[in-house]
Amino acid sequence: MANQTGQQDGFHRRVFEGKLGVFAVATTIAILIGGLVEIIPMFTVTAGPEHLAGVTPYTPLEVAGRDIYIREGCYTCHSQMVRPTRAELLRYGEWSRAGEYIYDHPFQLGSRRMGPDLQRVGGKYPDAWHYEHMRNPRATSPGSVMPTYPWLHEARLDPADVQASVRALAKVGVPYTPEQVAGVPQQLREQGEAIVGRLAQAGIKAEPDREIIALIAYLQRLGKDGKAAIQAAEARQQAAR
Amino acid sequence: MASAQSLDPSRAGLALAPDGTDYDEDIVKMFLTATVTWGVVGMLVGVIIALQIAWWKANLGLPWTTFGRLRPLHTNAVIFAFGGNVVFTAIYYSMQRLLKVRMWSDALSRFHFWGWQLIIVAAAITLPLGLTEGKEYAELIWPIDVAIAVVWVAFAINFFGTVATRKVQHMYVAIWFYMSFVITIPVLHIVNSLAVPATLTRSYPIYAGLTDGLVQWWYGHNAVGFFLTTPFLGLMYYFLPRAAERPVYSYRLSIIHFWALVFLYIWAGPHHLLYSALPEWAQTLGMVFSIMLIAPSWGGMLNGLLTLKGAWHRVRQDPVLKFMVVAVSFYGMSTFEGPMMSIRAVNLLSHYTNWTIGHVHSGALGWVGMVSFGMLYWLVPRLWRRELAFPAWATTHFWLATIGIVLYTVSMWAAGLTEGLMWRALDDAGQLKYPNFVDIVHQLDPFYWLRLAGGTLYLAGIIMMAINFIATVRATAPAPAAAARAAA
Repeated sequence: MANQTGQQDGFHRRVFEGKLGVFAVATTIAILIGGLVEIIPMFTVTAGPEHLAGVTPYTPLEVAGRDIYIREGCYTCHSQMVRPTRAELLRYGEWSRAGEYIYDHPFQLGSRRMGPDLQRVGGKYPDAWHYEHMRNPRATSPGSVMPTYPWLHEARLDPADVQASVRALAKVGVPYTPEQVAGVPQQLREQGEAIVGRLAQAGIKAEPDREIIALIAYLQRLGKDGKAAIQAAEARQQAAR
Repeated sequence: MASAQSLDPSRAGLALAPDGTDYDEDIVKMFLTATVTWGVVGMLVGVIIALQIAWWKANLGLPWTTFGRLRPLHTNAVIFAFGGNVVFTAIYYSMQRLLKVRMWSDALSRFHFWGWQLIIVAAAITLPLGLTEGKEYAELIWPIDVAIAVVWVAFAINFFGTVATRKVQHMYVAIWFYMSFVITIPVLHIVNSLAVPATLTRSYPIYAGLTDGLVQWWYGHNAVGFFLTTPFLGLMYYFLPRAAERPVYSYRLSIIHFWALVFLYIWAGPHHLLYSALPEWAQTLGMVFSIMLIAPSWGGMLNGLLTLKGAWHRVRQDPVLKFMVVAVSFYGMSTFEGPMMSIRAVNLLSHYTNWTIGHVHSGALGWVGMVSFGMLYWLVPRLWRRELAFPAWATTHFWLATIGIVLYTVSMWAAGLTEGLMWRALDDAGQLKYPNFVDIVHQLDPFYWLRLAGGTLYLAGIIMMAINFIATVRATAPAPAAAARAAA
């Protein structure tokens, strides 16, 4: 008690401990400062993430695939962020730029690499590889510990549901026009049939309205715009030299 | 003087206040029961997903049993169901006694209890169905997010109503920590959950890309800070002195501990995004503030440990103190490890590896779990006014849990270092030494089985505790000695 009784009339006792309102307001201010200082500049042009020319929004089928990626919790084992080191450049490719993520609601950087990073997986393997991989990961990656996802090959996409997603994404700032939102069912069909066509060339018979097709579309899109933009910027720099 | 009493919780634990206040003990019993129930469930899911990592076939090939869906169930269950109910148990028990007043509204207390349990049940149903927002520790879909905000408002009204109607002038340090929890959690939750619904079960955050990432980790790290740290420190500041029958070591240290912690913690989020494309200034702020956090954290740890000055001989006999001493030690250890992992060079190795998983669990199992068990073993005999049915089991639980944590953290350190070093290893030609990712994965197999063993021991401990409590509560007649002690 000796430590305490000496402090009976200290500043802290008088100002804070007896006065709920003062204490609550002071605590609120203390916890707000850090967040405000860090988050607000992210919305200003100069301090926030740089934009990257050539990065375009996901197509409706890719949006549907991304929803599946989120639903299955892929982010619990896979990251989407290549760090700027030689080892990651060799293993995954170009390191991630802020401008690549501007249409990602929510972000999917992940926090764990139980499996490899997926930021540059777009275009790395043929569509048929992903089709088989999701059904039996060990068929394409011997020794893999990934679960199987056979239901993706059965479950059907609901165009109205995808349309609702695209409409909501437009509301949070992804530049989809009303015409694009209206054309979601058609875009789904067209891109789905293109993927089914490529799968047919590999001897796989698939339906364009299955969830697996959407997931393939999303995975094949990952990191592609960014990579192209980065390469274009580098080419311009070399030409200028 | 009343204020002197408020500083010394050992003098504030009467069943009835001197003026005859009738504390609401039923609500404490309700939250305590929920704590034990969800604790068993959440840790059982943890053991299941640990098995899935060691042996992929345990995913069972069913949509609702895959790791990607069960992992959020585990984290939500242990943090918000177990951790949340622990904290509410502590708050409802201790604040009535510290403030010498019954909770302001019994109706709000019950609304809070049932609302929170319904939210947990909703989470347990929606997450395996794959209904998620896809943000770590904030996976719950928007209608549940709205329910959380509503229930929290009810809790906050009840909390501040109770503080405002208190019968002692000064608020004891535990109340400060509880207050920071009550204020900060809704701020984090609401800002991070702002989203536009697409359907009843799906929504998209208003933030994009790295801005969403920064908001999320501001939330995520401070869920650790203000859900798993500050209210548990409040718990420590009340229950540790009571169990040790010693006043808190230093009043001045508790002031510094409190203000430095709540001010600094909120800045640390960006350390989850080091080496990402997040602007460098934000990464640096996150790192620097994380390192500064060592000071208040260790101040709190020392304040806890030094409170035991003169009571160390009792640690040998009393399982409650055993749990608390190990808890506070793990708090010190993980609040040292965390800042170290926030240093960019260290993070480059540790990030994305099992080291992070080990770090989280040294905090969750070591600090949060152990301090909770200590409190529960102290509370049950007092609330139900009888001796523990199997007192020796409490000590067995302590050793199971302690050995379990050691197996868990050591195996995850080893696994994290192994994969972190193998991912980056280059040969003499400057090429990847282990280009096949799967080869690295299988280097971790023994560590995963060891971790599973550690987690199973920890789960066995909490199951023993649950059985012990059930037997205690079901015993018909309160033992006279316990009844006398509870009333004293």
